[in-house]
This record gives sequence, structure tokens and C-alpha cells, in this order.
Amino acid sequence: MKFNQTYIKRLIFILGLWPLLSISIHIFQDSLGANPVEFIERHFGKWALIFLCLTLSMTPLRRITNISQWILYRRMLGLFVFFYASIHLLCYIGLDYHFAWIDIKNDIIKHRFVLVGFLGWILLLPLAITSSDKMIRKLKTNWKLLHRLIYVVAILGVLHFIWLVKKDLTEPLIYAAIISILLILRLNIFKRKKF
Amino acid sequence: MAKIKKIPSSEITPEHIYNERRNFIKNLGLILSSTALSTFTNTSFAGLNTLPSFVQSKEHGNEKLSSLKDITSYNNYYEFGTSKSDPSDHADLLKIDPWSISIEGSVTKPLTLDMDALIKLMPIEERVYRLRCVEGWSMVIPWVGIPLNSLLKKVSPTGNAKYVEFVSLKRPSEMIGQKDDILDWPYTEALRLDEAMHPLTILAVGLYGKVLPKQNGAPIRLVVPWKYGFKSIKAITKIKFVEKMPITSWMKASPKEYGFYANVNPEVDHPRWTQATERRIGESLLAPRLKTEMFNGYQKEVAHLYQGMDLKRNF
Repeated sequence: MKFNQTYIKRLIFILGLWPLLSISIHIFQDSLGANPVEFIERHFGKWALIFLCLTLSMTPLRRITNISQWILYRRMLGLFVFFYASIHLLCYIGLDYHFAWIDIKNDIIKHRFVLVGFLGWILLLPLAITSSDKMIRKLKTNWKLLHRLIYVVAILGVLHFIWLVKKDLTEPLIYAAIISILLILRLNIFKRKKF
Repeated sequence: MAKIKKIPSSEITPEHIYNERRNFIKNLGLILSSTALSTFTNTSFAGLNTLPSFVQSKEHGNEKLSSLKDITSYNNYYEFGTSKSDPSDHADLLKIDPWSISIEGSVTKPLTLDMDALIKLMPIEERVYRLRCVEGWSMVIPWVGIPLNSLLKKVSPTGNAKYVEFVSLKRPSEMIGQKDDILDWPYTEALRLDEAMHPLTILAVGLYGKVLPKQNGAPIRLVVPWKYGFKSIKAITKIKFVEKMPITSWMKASPKEYGFYANVNPEVDHPRWTQATERRIGESLLAPRLKTEMFNGYQKEVAHLYQGMDLKRNF
């Protein structure tokens, strides 16, 4: 059983690197399209959202399947959210804006979709920092409380996408629906039921 | 204009050759008469050319033209879908032959023309313009078309004509994006009369010396280079002179975001995107953004149209 879990963890880790590999293939094949900066930025933003959905699925899955193992993979998935959200932010700051801090500041202040995205990333920081076993022990019950911030991050992340889109909301609303379901499943009425 | 087929990539003049030809002409300092040009175009674009001869643009600054591939594969044309690749993927379905365009409203001599007649009505010419999208990216495109004013003058607008409204095609069976109510179809746009009559405003029927590809608005589209791209309506079927300022598709969809004028203005931000800078399509991954210029760099030509107007309010 122990062996099995380590094996699965390694597998998840390797699979989690897929977005990096796939973008490398695109760069290598020069197939990033007409607007390569936008392509790369959106790629990592999208993967941060996907990992966010996966992270939030672990707790409901544990309850629904009655298998506790799911929870063992939650931390790694969460760190992948932070990892890809950080690359996404770096692409924006470095690739898109060439570290023009004043322009970046103006962009964040003036545009709500940028602002909520940035806030989401800021809120991920304490979660990533306190993700180690040591910090979990140190923070005790506060840890659980602190890590509820991920729900706020999820909402900000989806808003970031919704407010970016000009007219066709289909794709961001799919994420909004998934995240809503994952949050609703956490409500007490669902918790009391035995699956 | 005869039937316009999708241009196979093998028949498209590669950009560098196109540019070499342009330089060749420029360097020789040839003043090309239209007869000389017709030989030039016919031999250069043999087999495909359905555009009549045209005068090549004499000036296009030092700006590098965007590649034909980028111009024809990265499009906003919601009639075919909302992703940038949808137009090039789905525009093939659209039948543009036959096509008629009517010019009506407050005019003394209304006109309805097919494309053949329209193109014979006046000489076409090449215009290299920057295209600035409201989303913060830009291209440089060698259009081929006619100045809109030369066409509009033919219908003799009356004194009531204050604005010119443009209506695009509504045909959901061929424009599959119209099956969704993303916008209130058909797409409409409008200009103030003096904007419509401005010599920079053209109706494009081609680009890169070829017939206009469908994803770029074939058979005929508007190009107003000092305004954000969405003003340059594609696949025009009707041009109407009116007295009152029309409410355009984007104004209807989101009045706080899209005004009537939509002049490129780095000082007036869009709620979503910065308008101070832009990303030039086709530049390398590591290229910096460019500063956006007032009226997309056509300030000298058009600023007088807006003298005394508060451009923050009239965005």
C-alpha cells in the first residue's frame, strides 16, 4: 500500500509537468501562432485553473468514494496551482510587459480582471509557504482556517477569466460551473449525508 | 468579380518576394501607369488574379508588413466564431458570389451594385495601414481597395445625411457563429459623414495584392485605420446614409466599453485592456510592446475631425 502511494505520487508529479512539456514542444516547433506571448500566458493561466479544480476535487472525492487516499495528493496538486499561476504571472510581467513596472502597476489598478488575477496569486503565496508538514504542525488548527483561502482564490481565478473575455463566456463559465459544484459539495447539507 | 476561391498556400506570393517586388519598384523609382501595372500584376499573380490592376502604395513607412499567414489566421470575426482561428477555419462555408451591395438612405441616386460593377466603377489602389485591435494587438496590412468617398459621392447624399451606417451579412447557415446570439446580428457599424468621406477611409477588396480572403471580410469590407479594428466592418451588404447617430452592434452589446467613435487613443483606457501600449503581431516572443500612438499614428491626417471634442467622453 505504501509503495503504491509513492508510485502514484510520482506519476502525478510527472503528469503535472505536462503543461511545461507541451509548451516546450510548441516553442520548439514554432507553432505558437500569431500572438505567441498571449498563447503562452493563456496556456499557463488555463493550467493553473485546471489544477485548482483538481485540488478542490480531492476532498469531495474522498467522501464520495470513501477512499481516504485522495487527500494524499491534494498538496502536490495545490503546489502545481501555485507553480503554474506563478509562471502565468511571470509571463505577464516579463514576456508581455518586459518588467515595465509603471505600466504593470497601471494595468493592475485600472483593469479589474488583472486586479483579481493578481490578488488571487497573492493569496496563493501564504498557502504555498505553509504547505510543509512542519508548518502544518506549527499552525495547528489555524492551518485549516488559513487554507480555506483556496476557496477565495478559486472565485478570484474564475472572475479573472470571466472579466477577461469580451463576449463569449462559454469557456470561463465551464470553469465557474465546475468550481461552483466543488464548493457546493463542501456545504454542510452534503457533508452530513453518508455516501 | 468572379468566384473567389480559398487561396491554396502554394499560390500565395511569399512575403519576401512580395516585399522584394515592392522594393524593386520603389528602387527603380518607376511611376507605374496602370497599364504598366496590369502587366506586372498579371504576370506576378498568374492564374489567381481576379483583381483589376491597381496602383501600389508609394509609402508604407519603415514598418514591416505583417505576414499573410498571421493576417489570415488571427482574426476577430464573430460571425464565424469567437476564437481567433475560427474565421480561417469556417469562413470557407460562406458563398460570396453573387454579392450585391446597396447604397441608400438620404441620397438622391441610390445604387445597388454587384462586385463586378463596383470594381469597374473606379480604380482600385493599395494602402498599407496599421490595424490596431481594441484588445491591444496590431498588424500592418497592405490592403487593396477604393476610397470610400469616391463611391459615396456617386449617390449624391442629401443635406439630411449626417452619418453613414454599414450593415454586414446575416446568413447563419453559412456564418456559423451567428447561430449563437453573441451579438445582435447582422453586425452593423457607422461613421460620421466626415469620417466616411475622409480620404484615408477605404473599402477593401483585397490584401497582399490578392482578392480579399473570406476570413478578412470578403468580398468587401471597411478599413478605417485610425479607429479600433471592430469599426472596420466586414462583408458589407448595405451602406445607408442617415440623420441620427446609429447604435452599432458593439455599442448595443456593451455601451460602457464601446463608444461610437472608437478612435485609437492611448490616453483613454478600455475597462479590460490597456490602450497605452500594443503588441505587434509577428514579432518575436521576446519583443517588447510598442507605444500606441494617438489616432493609431494618423493624427496629422485626422485630428482636425475631432477638434474641440472631449475624446474621453466621446470614446
